[in-house]
Amino acid sequence: MPQLEVNDIHTSYGLSQVLFGITLDVEEGEIVSLVGRNGVGKTTTMRSIMGLTKPSQGSVKFEGKEIAGLAAHQISKLGIGFVPEERRIFPDLTVWENLDIARRPAPAGREAWDEERVYTLFPDLKEIPDRPGGVLSGGQQQMLTIARSLMGNPRLLLLDEPSEGLAPKVVENVRDQVKLLKESGLTIILAEQNLGFILYLSDKVHILEKGEVKWSGTGAALKADKSIVEQYLTV
Amino acid sequence: MTSPLSKTGMAACLIILILCALTPLLQSDYLIDVVTEILIVALFALSLNIIIGYSGNVSFGHAAYFAIGGYVNAILLTTYGWPLLPSAVAGVLAATLTAAIVAYFCTRLTDIYFAMLTLAFSMLVWAIVFKWRSLTNGDDGFTPVHVPAMIDDRTAFFYFTMIVIVVSIAVLWVITHSAFGRSLVAVRENVGRAGFVGIHTRRMRWQAFVIAGFFAGVAGVLFGMYHRGMYVESAFWTQSAQVLIMTLLGGIYSFFGPLIGAAVLFMLERLTNEYTEYWPTVLGVILLAILLFQPDGLVGLGKRIKNKFGGGGSP
Repeated sequence: MPQLEVNDIHTSYGLSQVLFGITLDVEEGEIVSLVGRNGVGKTTTMRSIMGLTKPSQGSVKFEGKEIAGLAAHQISKLGIGFVPEERRIFPDLTVWENLDIARRPAPAGREAWDEERVYTLFPDLKEIPDRPGGVLSGGQQQMLTIARSLMGNPRLLLLDEPSEGLAPKVVENVRDQVKLLKESGLTIILAEQNLGFILYLSDKVHILEKGEVKWSGTGAALKADKSIVEQYLTV
Repeated sequence: MTSPLSKTGMAACLIILILCALTPLLQSDYLIDVVTEILIVALFALSLNIIIGYSGNVSFGHAAYFAIGGYVNAILLTTYGWPLLPSAVAGVLAATLTAAIVAYFCTRLTDIYFAMLTLAFSMLVWAIVFKWRSLTNGDDGFTPVHVPAMIDDRTAFFYFTMIVIVVSIAVLWVITHSAFGRSLVAVRENVGRAGFVGIHTRRMRWQAFVIAGFFAGVAGVLFGMYHRGMYVESAFWTQSAQVLIMTLLGGIYSFFGPLIGAAVLFMLERLTNEYTEYWPTVLGVILLAILLFQPDGLVGLGKRIKNKFGGGGSP
């Protein structure tokens, strides 16, 4: 059984419909990428899974349990972490406080995430536990956002455009850290526009256009077929 | 805002505490009265700030819980002859329970709708106090309140008040500096973000409201005994507005801000009333000045002055 089954979800913001029947399965331990230009529904798909924008029809099952319609905090407690795009830390809380508020117990039989383990993954944060979130650099904020979601001990992590707005060197850092997360057994759904980032990490890729999945395949298959990249991804 | 107390901060608290405790030695009844009343309104303002500064909602009806605490205690002490402890506890519990029920409805809403609903519930409380003459004596005021002999003396009541207030403030400090307090700040800063981090935002806002109602009740209990009477004005919206202004004046993003705001506004009112009867005009000007020039209140002003002259090189 797939860990996450998204089945034919339709999602709208008020009158404007964004998703027109997205279906995807995610197996435990995989990195699955959602790819496409701006405005095709990558973020909305994540928001629908997380319960932040509820789908009007279709179903979302996490480990066999229907979660469409639950509130975001309930979905978070079931074991899904969300790292939204851009800077989404709490600016008035310090680095450590940002981590502390997200702390949840680990599922049985798993090594728990705590400050120490998070600091091992992101050594930069260890140096600045008392600094307010609002004064961190873009890269530090991105790391803090990922670190914060790990403190909730998720089994599935939604990563929305983790490379956006970061310097190339920092992007490489984040990429390597995401790889380490996968190796720790975490399932990851990644929304990205950076093709290098996707090809380096993904087991499966879904290309979205106008709220529908237009192409699905392995990372290797995408790499091999230049025409798909040209058709759906180049601007 | 959730950083632990610095050494200078701790020293300042200790000095103020000692100065307060020594007030009766000056043998000025006026001074004892002023400090007692400032302590009471300060707790009232601090309690409101749990809703405003920490959970990020503005309540226009906080006087309701203050009045309920005060009236229930006054009536049980005087009409029913209860001893102090059960009577005071009942007053605080009545305020807390009412806050719990009101908050259940209010926290379904946000922003202006939340504020309006708190106002509506507080006016309901006011109307009940006003109309239930047989119990509250309506707009003639419930007076005199039978104050137990043990604290029926200016100095004794002062120390009693001081102990209750200091313990209450300490408890509020611990609450706001716990993981609960930090999560509340997260809710204030961004409800959506707090939600997907796993925080049950509505329940947190409800809990903050109940805690605020509890301590407003404590302040109300002390207020009724201090004045030896409860009056309908204590439940009126103007009382809610006054404590709101105290909180804003001091600064909502600081734990001690509302305490400073309460003390300053109370003293200003006293002094202004000695020279003119136009206190509301002065209050209006103060309010304008805060909103236009100093939205983070006196604490924010102090920080800015310190950074300018003290070269405070904080990042």
